[in-house]
Amino acid sequence: MYRYDEFDQSFVEARVAQFTDQVERRLAGEITEDQFRPLRLMNGVYLQLHAYMLRIAVPYGTLNSKQLRMLAHIARTYDKGYGHFTTRQNIQFNWPALSDVPAILADLASVQMHAIQTSGNCIRNVTADHFAGAAADEVADPRPYAEILRQWSSVHPEFSYLPRKFKIAVTGAGRDRAAIQTHDIGLHLKKNGRGELGFAVYVGGGQGRTPMVAKKINDFVPEEHLLSYCTAILRVYNLYGRRDNKFKARIKILVHETGVEEFARQVEAEWAELKDGELTLPAADIAAINAYFAPPNLPARPDGDQALKQARLDSKSFGEWLDQNVITHRHPDYAGVTISLKGIGETPGDASDSQMDAVADIAEKFAFDELRVSHEQNLILPHVARADLRAVYDRLVEIGLATANSNLITDIIACPGLDYCALANARSISVAQEISNRFAGLERQRDIGELKLKISGCINACGHHHVGHIGILGVEKKGAELYQVTLGGSGDENTTIGEIVGRGFAPDEITNAIEKIVDTYLGLRLDRSETFLNAYRRVGSAPFKEALYVSEARAA
Amino acid sequence: MKVLTANRLSDGEAVWYAPDHSWIETLAGAEIARDKEHEERLEAIGKAAFAANQVLDVDIIDVELTDGAIVPIRLRERIRAAGPTNRADLGKQARPRGKTEANWVI
Repeated sequence: MYRYDEFDQSFVEARVAQFTDQVERRLAGEITEDQFRPLRLMNGVYLQLHAYMLRIAVPYGTLNSKQLRMLAHIARTYDKGYGHFTTRQNIQFNWPALSDVPAILADLASVQMHAIQTSGNCIRNVTADHFAGAAADEVADPRPYAEILRQWSSVHPEFSYLPRKFKIAVTGAGRDRAAIQTHDIGLHLKKNGRGELGFAVYVGGGQGRTPMVAKKINDFVPEEHLLSYCTAILRVYNLYGRRDNKFKARIKILVHETGVEEFARQVEAEWAELKDGELTLPAADIAAINAYFAPPNLPARPDGDQALKQARLDSKSFGEWLDQNVITHRHPDYAGVTISLKGIGETPGDASDSQMDAVADIAEKFAFDELRVSHEQNLILPHVARADLRAVYDRLVEIGLATANSNLITDIIACPGLDYCALANARSISVAQEISNRFAGLERQRDIGELKLKISGCINACGHHHVGHIGILGVEKKGAELYQVTLGGSGDENTTIGEIVGRGFAPDEITNAIEKIVDTYLGLRLDRSETFLNAYRRVGSAPFKEALYVSEARAA
Repeated sequence: MKVLTANRLSDGEAVWYAPDHSWIETLAGAEIARDKEHEERLEAIGKAAFAANQVLDVDIIDVELTDGAIVPIRLRERIRAAGPTNRADLGKQARPRGKTEANWVI
């Protein structure tokens, strides 16, 4: 993974010193909240319902064990013993005192981490496929390009006061695990006919109150032009993006109002001015960044198949975990592992300090010291020898993180919702917990098959409900929580926005409604190989509406 | 009926304005405004405390009395007064009741 050079380290340390001074002046009453607010947001400090919240960047979701141990230390020392992994591959602490934030940032800097640009109208943490560098279906590792984008976008003077926040995601595989089409810029790293690397560029995706799927404006931008092309997009946005209305300020609105063809023309015109200039990436620079992401030396471990065969026989639950949470690695003796942070009835994405420490130990011992945070709020061990999977599983069982539910209905994305968030209108976590408990049985979950359920507690859609196969949006109506259901969304290479199925449900109705939707799917699917999403795309919303509303009315 | 609430500057703790002119950590002892004039007085106190850098996110919220206890009308404010509903071990609801009398009726 990338390691800070002297410039990076001194820059981050200087920022810590600067913010420390700003916090001291704020606490001394020398600067007002109106003056301080933009400064704290630039350093990831929000104010939520119960306390401040600190959002820490995990660049493209990549961590090592030392960094995860530091996050555990922060949870234990300054917070309440846990952290919350987010849908942007970051981590949030929900209870830090403002007076402790400088010390936290200093601790983070000591392990090459920070909270810069995790808020504000700037280019946020660049996200990537959480199996980058490991997945068998990958053309190339997208993380070096995410790192190049991180360096380019960090405190970029031209792009620090954009009309609104700006999110970039990169994938290096045809199967999109990074949901690039829901981002302001989505980059699909691929090879052209000559074997050269470049990017299909998507622009104007996003969720929130106006969900839109990004449009492809260029099928192949050669890798050396990545920065000039992104700069051209940002310049068009910075110039024409709306600043009069916060709700219409994202680039998706500009692309929509301008028209994709005209927008693409404007980008190409701007790019013509920039192309082959100083933003062209020299091959040596790309190679230098690539070297940081050189795959670990993976020694042959041909003993894996036999070990797994025996372990399956020994333990049914291990076999289930293997089937559900382990993916094919590019090296036949290795595998990628999803550590589910979605224990049955637990808060999605939360991990305790001791769990983080234990996962760091596992990563160090069995996974070449590499970890990832997925946008689905799980942790990933990208490189584990198949021969070691049983040992990893046994350790995960010890710390309560061996739930075999990756991609199943209880692998729920949920934002913090009204339990923590100052913007939320309804709770998300409690709904996730109740649905998780209702569908707790693994046999039933596996019979249902792949089903991505995503919950947001307000229209800002941090819980990605628009692209859930089943999406739930919490709203406040007449002072009470109400949950709207959307069906048929997906955040993959065929991204679609879910459709609202009908009137919303009260908190004590929503789990029954979800069960009715699932039962309806089970009753109409062609066979077990037809997933919920495929079945929905085949039959549309009518049978689900019938089950939810018409049958209900008849019964009444 | 309304009470004055905010978050404390130093640690973000949810606080309410009390009759003894202090900001307290529990809703139970908050000063209740029962008429417009009193509300306006509380609003002015909130503005002054914000300007004095004691608190932020100042708000006047609707409450009612249930069995003598102050209960906010909105769920948001009930959660602020108690703590996250998914973690009964966190927030004001987790503190010894005798000391804080935190109201965690959601």
